[in-house]
Amino acid sequence: MIECNIDILKKDIANKRLDMHIVVCIKQVPDTTQARIDPKTNTLIREGMPTIVNPYDLHALEEGVRIKEEYGGKVTVLTMGPPQAKDAIREGISHGCDEGILLTDRAFAGSDTLATSYVLSEAIKRVDLDEKVDLVICGKQSIDGDTAQVGPGIAQRLDLSQLTYVIKVRSIDLKKNSMIVERQLEDGRQIVEARMPALMTVVKEINETRYSSLSNLIKAAKYEPAVWNQEVLGLDTTKIGLKGSPTTVRKIFAPPPREAGEIINNEGESSKEVAEKLLKLLIEKEVI
Amino acid sequence: MPDIKDMNKFDAIIVGAGPAGTSCAHTVAKAGLKVALVDRGTFPGAKNVMGGVLYRHAVENAIPDFWKEAPLERHIIEQQYWLLSDDSNISIGHRSEKFAQEPYNRFTVLRAKFDSWFAGQADSAGAYIISKTVVDDVITENGRVVGIKTDRPDGNLYANVIVLCDGVNSLLAQKLGMRGEFDNRHLALAVKEIISMPREKIEDRFNLDGDEGATIDIYGEVAQGMEGTGFIYTNKDSLSVGIGVILADLVKTRVRPYDLLEQMKNHPVIKRMISGGEPREYMAHMIPEGGYKAMPKIYGDGVLVAGDAAMMVNGFHREGSNLAMTSGRLAGKTIIEATEKGDYSKNALSRYKDLLEDSFVLKDLKKYKNLPAHISNYSEFFSTYPEILNKAADEFLTIDGVSKKEKQRKIRKILTEKKSLWNIIKDTYKSWRAFG
Repeated sequence: MIECNIDILKKDIANKRLDMHIVVCIKQVPDTTQARIDPKTNTLIREGMPTIVNPYDLHALEEGVRIKEEYGGKVTVLTMGPPQAKDAIREGISHGCDEGILLTDRAFAGSDTLATSYVLSEAIKRVDLDEKVDLVICGKQSIDGDTAQVGPGIAQRLDLSQLTYVIKVRSIDLKKNSMIVERQLEDGRQIVEARMPALMTVVKEINETRYSSLSNLIKAAKYEPAVWNQEVLGLDTTKIGLKGSPTTVRKIFAPPPREAGEIINNEGESSKEVAEKLLKLLIEKEVI
Repeated sequence: MPDIKDMNKFDAIIVGAGPAGTSCAHTVAKAGLKVALVDRGTFPGAKNVMGGVLYRHAVENAIPDFWKEAPLERHIIEQQYWLLSDDSNISIGHRSEKFAQEPYNRFTVLRAKFDSWFAGQADSAGAYIISKTVVDDVITENGRVVGIKTDRPDGNLYANVIVLCDGVNSLLAQKLGMRGEFDNRHLALAVKEIISMPREKIEDRFNLDGDEGATIDIYGEVAQGMEGTGFIYTNKDSLSVGIGVILADLVKTRVRPYDLLEQMKNHPVIKRMISGGEPREYMAHMIPEGGYKAMPKIYGDGVLVAGDAAMMVNGFHREGSNLAMTSGRLAGKTIIEATEKGDYSKNALSRYKDLLEDSFVLKDLKKYKNLPAHISNYSEFFSTYPEILNKAADEFLTIDGVSKKEKQRKIRKILTEKKSLWNIIKDTYKSWRAFG
């Protein structure tokens, strides 16, 4: 029977020397490629909208699994969300994570980035108690909130080295507890050496996600994550949910539709004339 | 203790999470067997298409009282049949208050929603749902089917029985030589649009209350002389509007399917029904309408075929999902019995055919076995008859001072202008015979 086999797998993992323990934080988000905005209320119509794992987080999962494959160890995937977020954990397992934990409780609902990073960091503390955590990986931001605050929030709360917008992990030295990464900046790349434990947020370009193996898919199909609620975590209730969230959304609105661009035709004009016309326009609009 | 390799060994693998496959997986999982339901869509239902009517009896067999929780659109209380000419329409219909009460009779559904829910039920029953995975081939050993080859890394999966529910153009059944090349007379190509419309407008227009729904089957002009029929089904806040035509006719006439649908939507009578709506989705699907005589082999050593892949569609009654679900369930039952005996041979699995023979599935398909060929020979049913009947009705209902006796003469003339009375009688008799 299958439970039995998972036990064997677990034992297999336990018998190996666990070189690194990586925690990947992921978020289940509405599939915004299929998003519709209610024209009257200007809010996202969430009803019936399929959910996906935040695309940046897929790269975080991939990077976690790649590091595990290179340096040895274990990947734990963590998410906070409604009970249906179990699907996101299962996706993490199908990508090659070893264990998953679902943080779910009505008391967590309505959390902003401050409260969310509090819940996640407390959960990671708890994971760390069981098995020391060396590295936390997040996507650079979610596609529904786009704040890019939760990763850094966790790093701050847990006093982890904060590595944002990581595009490449150059090397990890487990003896020295340090790692070297490349960060993507607007005008170039920054090479940083940091002490571990560290937290990094990753950009999409860091890797290409793999096509999960069939055996991982089968493992994921019936995977039941550990479920941690408020009772298990015993968090400060003033710091979670709506109460713990100082951010309020004033207004959500759809951006105005983009106006059609201007097309310069060269009918009956020489290339030079067209070029001059273009130059004039660019200067007029202060593009150059 | 079982070997780790056994993790990838199942009692049954079902290919395709449509009504047949999910029904089969649900049945097998409920019996406590280990079953995988493998589908190519991003989730079960993502790629599934049908006209949109689901029958209570077939779903109920799997999940009693499903209508209380399943994502259904409307329960159908009225069914209309329209005979269209180019500018007029004869309609007959049936509406029953009985159908407005639980347990209801039929429902409209949007497959992406319903199938995903149905697969969730199979999941809860214990089935392994494997999405986003394409089954490229079946694995055979000494002539027995023993597993599947997927497009995933380390993608082979083994089971005692493989059930092919991979839809109308079942490549797997073809690879196994269980069916030959398609005859395009046995396939209908259906195109449909989901047209958004506010609920209140739908309810007013179709005379419905709350979640009540109506269906309209449309014969005549819309098929442009080809063998085919159109339909309008009411969903919660949309209409499913479509038309299906035999593929061979489309090939012959070179009419493009979307043009056919566009023209149907512009028919003056239909235009009224859909006005004020916004097209939301467009989809097309092939329907296997060859009937009993065109059915492929449905069982072999270690393999069963169900649903569209097994041609289980009753084209005349526009039934498909119920035949699919029932065949899936009976395939499941066959697997359970085979597992008890530990015998997955062709001989043991022939039980599937017996179970189908005892059910409405093969009884109905047999009853209409001559119909597809008959209709092919009488495409006039889709053109000439609707036209002359409409002309006759126009004449009968136009009050213009012509004496009734003269009217009758004119009507008789209309009726026999294109067909002799003798031919009409002959057509009627032959049709009666074809219906069995």
